[in-house]
Amino acid sequence: MEFETVIGLEVHCQLATESKLFSGSATQFGAEPNTQANIFDLALPGTLPVLNEKAVAMAVKFGLAIGAEIGKHSVFDRKNYFYPDLPKGYQVSQLDYPTVGKGTLSITLDDGSEKIIGVTRAHMEEDAGKSLHEDYQGMSGIDLNRAGTPLLEIVSEPDLRSAKEAVAYLKKLHSIIRYLDISDAIMAQGSFRCDANVSIRPVGQTEFGTRTEIKNINSFKFVEKAINYEVRRQQELIEDGGRVVQETRLYDADKDETRSMRSKEVANDYRYFPEPDLLPIVIDDEFIEAIRAQLPELPDARAARFVGDFGLSDYDAGVLVASREMADFFETVAQRSGDAKLAANWVSQDLQALLNKNNWELSESPIQAERLADLILRIKDDTVSGKIAKTVFEAMLSDESSVDAIIEAKGLKQVTDSGALEGLVDQVIADNPDQAQQYRDGKVQVIGFLVGQCMKLSQGKANPAQINEILRNKL
Amino acid sequence: MAFDKSEVEKIAHLARLHLSSSESEEVAARVSDILGLIDKMQSVDTDAVAPLSHPFEAVQKLRPDVVTEPNRRDELQALAPLCQDGLFLVPKVIE
Repeated sequence: MEFETVIGLEVHCQLATESKLFSGSATQFGAEPNTQANIFDLALPGTLPVLNEKAVAMAVKFGLAIGAEIGKHSVFDRKNYFYPDLPKGYQVSQLDYPTVGKGTLSITLDDGSEKIIGVTRAHMEEDAGKSLHEDYQGMSGIDLNRAGTPLLEIVSEPDLRSAKEAVAYLKKLHSIIRYLDISDAIMAQGSFRCDANVSIRPVGQTEFGTRTEIKNINSFKFVEKAINYEVRRQQELIEDGGRVVQETRLYDADKDETRSMRSKEVANDYRYFPEPDLLPIVIDDEFIEAIRAQLPELPDARAARFVGDFGLSDYDAGVLVASREMADFFETVAQRSGDAKLAANWVSQDLQALLNKNNWELSESPIQAERLADLILRIKDDTVSGKIAKTVFEAMLSDESSVDAIIEAKGLKQVTDSGALEGLVDQVIADNPDQAQQYRDGKVQVIGFLVGQCMKLSQGKANPAQINEILRNKL
Repeated sequence: MAFDKSEVEKIAHLARLHLSSSESEEVAARVSDILGLIDKMQSVDTDAVAPLSHPFEAVQKLRPDVVTEPNRRDELQALAPLCQDGLFLVPKVIE
């Protein structure tokens, strides 16, 4: 039987506010335990929530970026459950009236076509603390620094049909969030977390199959692996005559498998009700329009502009706009060097390879946009060849001086003086009489070998086009 | 709408409340009475009325995103029965 996979993702994104959603405690990542947990976060009696305006603004900004309906009247609800890292005994969330309603984003499939993925909603809620289960006198340790950090939970429609599509959606979402600068969105630090609802159904069937929810997926790579594992598991189960049970499963990256979480007793009976400590949030047009005015150019629009203004291919443009920092970097290089195509090649190939190799963030690269543009300018004015430019690029890693100073100091300047080049060519002809004769006899492809010899003799510094011309004339 | 003892026990468990068997029965009877009243209220036509999320005719005030709370861990942990390495200790919980 042929099956179709159906996936919906729930993404929890920590909003990058200075203070918590309902209290004035700090939200820095990695602080000493409980140094950012104060009376409200600890749920001491008599404390009351006061909503952070920035968090609301960030949620609205996200909503506008995905063309969503903005809830002008949104309401917080209590989601009740007991767990020690949730001191109040309930999480303040939004159930029926979220701040962000239906929206869409588009992903690019392998064949280059676009697919629109529905976003059901995005609601604000508070994060829980952390439980540490190492042995503390046979007890669990609780760190409430994270308790109350604002989260935006972004729920997709079950529109995704493969693990690859799920990853493409997640990457697109991540890119938009980074462009909007509303979250650090670092999966490894938990500021961007993904749960996947996965089901399968026979091709042609319209009803959905029973789904499982996979938790604990903390990298883009694992999203794909976890979903693929789960799809295989469900398929084998059904083919063996079994049934998929609706449950929550944890992904174990070490074993590359999902396994059933011992279901929380009387699970999912959260007894939601409106949070009496908070009044309805009313968002007016003025608030929304002020945020709309601050929206940056988003990745899709930017890619289209790169194609239109700079003549880049869709593929190159897509690679360059994936992160806002990379796109800014490229634009600086392209403008300063006046050569977008070369800029695109150097940024997406040489620079990217450098970052990957050293595991650097773009900001950590010793070669920043201005110097890379200067190097491209020296290729364009024939001071160095494309090949020697790679040597200069290498030298720039350990040498902070200007491109010109490095070229000068290392003697890498391209030799364009025709007198010097002629001498070089004469010597190569004299050293390789056989090949020279072959050329004269009509075996013109030998010219490649002779040019190569000249380049070698010049240690790569000769201008190959000039060499080629002089050789042809002399022979 | 009748509400039986087993439902009371389930909700009491979710709320981590301990009720004796006779208390559960008594609560079931009282909650059934309240639900009876609610049943009566359900018969009112409210189609044209927007749901009320809060009894006050007011909207939420927002606060600027500023850190106002200092680190008071030592004072706060002095209230807790047991702490170690800056963590609050609680009976072991593992899902």
